[in-house]
Amino acid sequence: MTDETTHALALVPEDLPTAESFLKPHRIVLMILFAGLVVAVAVFMRWDWLPRYLPRLGSGILVSLAMLFGTAILGFLLAVPLGLVQVTGPWFLKLPARLFCTIIRGTPLLLQLWLLYYGLGSLFPQFPWIRHSFLWPYLREAWPYGVAALTLSFAAYEGEVMRGAFAGVPQGELEAARAYGMGRWTMFRRIWLPRAVHRALPTLNGETVLQLKSTPLVATITVVDVYAVISKVRQETYLTYEPLLLLALIYMCLTGILVVAFRYFENRIPTSGA
Amino acid sequence: MAADSLINWSLLALAAPGWGGVLLQGFLHSVEIAVGGYALGLLLGVGGAFGKLYGGPVLRDLLECYTTIVRAVPELVLILLLYYAGTDLLNQFLGAMGIGTVDISGLAAGIFVIGVVQGAYSTEVLRGAIKAVLPGQIEAARAYGMSPTKVLRRITLPAMLPYAIPGLANLWLIATKDTALLAVVGFSELTLVTRQAAGTTKAYLLFFCAAGALYLALTLVSNLLIGIIERHARRGFAEQR
Repeated sequence: MTDETTHALALVPEDLPTAESFLKPHRIVLMILFAGLVVAVAVFMRWDWLPRYLPRLGSGILVSLAMLFGTAILGFLLAVPLGLVQVTGPWFLKLPARLFCTIIRGTPLLLQLWLLYYGLGSLFPQFPWIRHSFLWPYLREAWPYGVAALTLSFAAYEGEVMRGAFAGVPQGELEAARAYGMGRWTMFRRIWLPRAVHRALPTLNGETVLQLKSTPLVATITVVDVYAVISKVRQETYLTYEPLLLLALIYMCLTGILVVAFRYFENRIPTSGA
Repeated sequence: MAADSLINWSLLALAAPGWGGVLLQGFLHSVEIAVGGYALGLLLGVGGAFGKLYGGPVLRDLLECYTTIVRAVPELVLILLLYYAGTDLLNQFLGAMGIGTVDISGLAAGIFVIGVVQGAYSTEVLRGAIKAVLPGQIEAARAYGMSPTKVLRRITLPAMLPYAIPGLANLWLIATKDTALLAVVGFSELTLVTRQAAGTTKAYLLFFCAAGALYLALTLVSNLLIGIIERHARRGFAEQR
């Protein structure tokens, strides 16, 4: 996936409005209209259920965020070797890595999630040694399957990004490192990896926002994230729109916070000559 | 256990005891929705991109809100909201007109939902592509006295196509995979059908892998066609990389 496509799918720091851009006449009118809409929604729709569910919503948001950061970090750690072997690896590593990326990127995440949860989940109990291993209490839960599916998906998309980033580091820099007498590992650690991550950073940010947009899928395998809490509200209160509107608002806030944080970090990293 | 050591391939048979036919039917539904939603998304995207680039300030801001919301909220949530709100609003509208309610087919609702989501993505892709067209070409067309629609038809659209195709190709692949999300609202496309088949026969791995192979085949065939289209569109461009 190219940078531009990630940009088209996920909010990125460049999209954030500046403070002074709000002070245009038509925008002030639009904002007043929007505020009126918000007041109408708050007054004419039912929100009396909200206080009862606040604690559960809070823990749901925490689960969603844990899913996001846990899988993004694990996925990135997997993505670095995936990208690297596709650039320099021998064919017996290159081929499986490319196959993995193609398969994961070519099938829907929901299907992968259900394959892991229902497929492996139904397979594991047939092996006594798994049932008696220390992992069994975890394998009976739903969240490890959610983490596994989200991690693999992130790793595959990110592996593709890292492949491009590793390949895009100028050869001269690597040659210079070699001329300095750096070993392969030192060169990778000091030059190749930092430069590649630097190049991939904007796309990485976009992919992380995309990952946040994928996390509600884990609710379909009974992980109680914020989406699952809202589904519960909908079942118990028979309301359709209010919980969903709140959910959309929550995700917009989470995305907004994430994007603002990325902008902060991007501004701290010098970008001259990148 | 039906599939202990050996895989029970007869479960994939096309005729009634096997589920192959049902799976293919679901696959067909998925492709139908993907094609419909993608086409609707392209229409919305062309309109949105031109509105964002050449529209008035209010139109621009409204389109910005549309693309921002779609890019910030998970597809799953949007699909639920649009699915319920879309069918509800249409029925209320028809009720107010005195026509009475209609049953909206899952297919139409699915195409609408995927189309609205894809519309925001294509707006962004096309906007970037239009901005990549050299302004001199459009100015030259204006200098020739072409009307805005003629400039659009003869210059802007054909000239931006090479820049837009990689992004649009990715959007097509995303559209095919987003159809799986309709399983959550109970539309019987491939993923939901697969889950039903797997739940009935308990052969989870077999069916999910079969469905995965179908999706993968769709992606690979699409990639093949995209490669041909891209090469065709980039004729005369300097070779990249």
